Amino acid sequence: MSDTGGRAVDPQAVLQVESLTKSYQPDGSSPVLHGVDFEVQARELVSVVGPSGAGKTTLLNCITGILRPTSGDVRFAGGTVDGPPDRLAMVFQDYGRSLLPWLDVMGNVTLPLRRVVRDKARRAERALHVLESVGLNGAERKKPYQLSGGMQQRVAIARALAYQPILLVMDEPFASVDAQTREELEDLTLKLRKEYDMTIVLVTHDIDEAVYLSDRIIILAGSPTTVRGNLDVRLGRDRDQITTKALSEFNELRAIVHAGVRGQELHP
Amino acid sequence: MMRKAPARTPDLWTVPRHVLKLLSYIILPAFLIFLWWALTVHSTSFIFPKFTKIVSSLKNYWMTAHGMGELWSSLRNLMVGYAIAVGLGIIVGAWLGASKAVRQVFMPVIDFIRSIPPPVLLPLGVVLIGVGDDMRITVITFGSIWPILFATIEGIRSTEPLRLSMSSVFHLRRVDHWWRLVLPGASPHIISGMRTALQIAFVLIVISELMASSSGIGFEILQASRTFRYADVWAGAIVLGLLGVVLNLTFGLFAAAILRWRTAESRARGMS
Repeated sequence: MSDTGGRAVDPQAVLQVESLTKSYQPDGSSPVLHGVDFEVQARELVSVVGPSGAGKTTLLNCITGILRPTSGDVRFAGGTVDGPPDRLAMVFQDYGRSLLPWLDVMGNVTLPLRRVVRDKARRAERALHVLESVGLNGAERKKPYQLSGGMQQRVAIARALAYQPILLVMDEPFASVDAQTREELEDLTLKLRKEYDMTIVLVTHDIDEAVYLSDRIIILAGSPTTVRGNLDVRLGRDRDQITTKALSEFNELRAIVHAGVRGQELHP
Repeated sequence: MMRKAPARTPDLWTVPRHVLKLLSYIILPAFLIFLWWALTVHSTSFIFPKFTKIVSSLKNYWMTAHGMGELWSSLRNLMVGYAIAVGLGIIVGAWLGASKAVRQVFMPVIDFIRSIPPPVLLPLGVVLIGVGDDMRITVITFGSIWPILFATIEGIRSTEPLRLSMSSVFHLRRVDHWWRLVLPGASPHIISGMRTALQIAFVLIVISELMASSSGIGFEILQASRTFRYADVWAGAIVLGLLGVVLNLTFGLFAAAILRWRTAESRARGMS
């Protein structure tokens, strides 16, 4: 176990980010992230919120092992991340790029499974099951470009689910779809986390979305970026676009996050 | 929801596609042949023989077992040489395209080698490999590999960074990474390189037969010209032209099959 600055290390934590600092300069100057610290427990849905350019993508790339931290540590399921960890799946913002247009929906969903599940019939079975979960029954022979944006993102979500990850990381997953579709996909996310009992880290710049979906919100702000707030969202597990968003708690949380993102004082 | 293909832009004089095809493949060539016939019908020129003479040469010289044998010999060299160029070009191109370090080490040497015009290698090839088909295949491969190599490098380099991230996050197997992600993504580049390479390979059939050869269509044409059989030369040129058309059509079908996803995708996005 590495030094955690005196805080107790929770053995239950799926993801631990410990004093993470990342600089793109070879000498480590002008860091993008400075001393970022947070944990994600099993079955939690945690949003990471911050303004554009706050280093959210950098943080994600460190979590998924695509980038190495300049200093500090990212631990996933007990081990230090020094490359993309096994059993971590990701949904990217740009479904147009992350899905492969030369493969049909089935081909896209089963692509990561080819390593994990050797048997073709079992791969297809798993894919069909998740496709049903995301509401895409019967679309398996369609090509991504034959589907609407929202449905393409459902394919990307299905691909991640079929992989059966311990942790699902979503990078601005609903930023490229219209408002109506966005609400549908948010509710789909809530449904899926119940159904699959998953741990999810969601990166977003949308404060409403973060409050609506999360159990906890990590607020990033400043330059270099640090954690400005670590906020519990106690809105219960059953949420609804209309009634949940009308709750006074919802609006209070929203105001707090908003202030935090702007770099103002937090009044929880 | 399904997307509808956008309506095609209306032309001023809209000609149905199959009518255009009929026009371009039958009527226009027929007209040109007629013109050729009409202009040479009273010809007494040695170099421009009557068209009927060319037709009889086609029949009696090229459409014989001997003529077809020569054509096949050339075609075989072309296909073998081209196939090696495609295979080698894609493999080496993928290797160079995937790593900047590898590129930096090898590019200067590759730039030097490809600057040598292939015909220059003919005399060397004769000395090193001999005068047989091996030498001709080598020349065809050497001349046509470059567009494929460079197109592949470019295609691999332009792989979406997001797709590479996706591949590494999901730990795609090497074979899936290459065959299902990188190479299909690079296929539009690779196909266009292969198209250029085919033109070059086609020219090199004839060039490779100009020296120390005793078979092939290029050799036959050269032989006919040396013995002043100009009707046979013209007929040979026509045979080569027809072969070129057939090769291009075949390649077009192949390319369309490989790039079907791309055509459909851009149509769905309304960019075609």
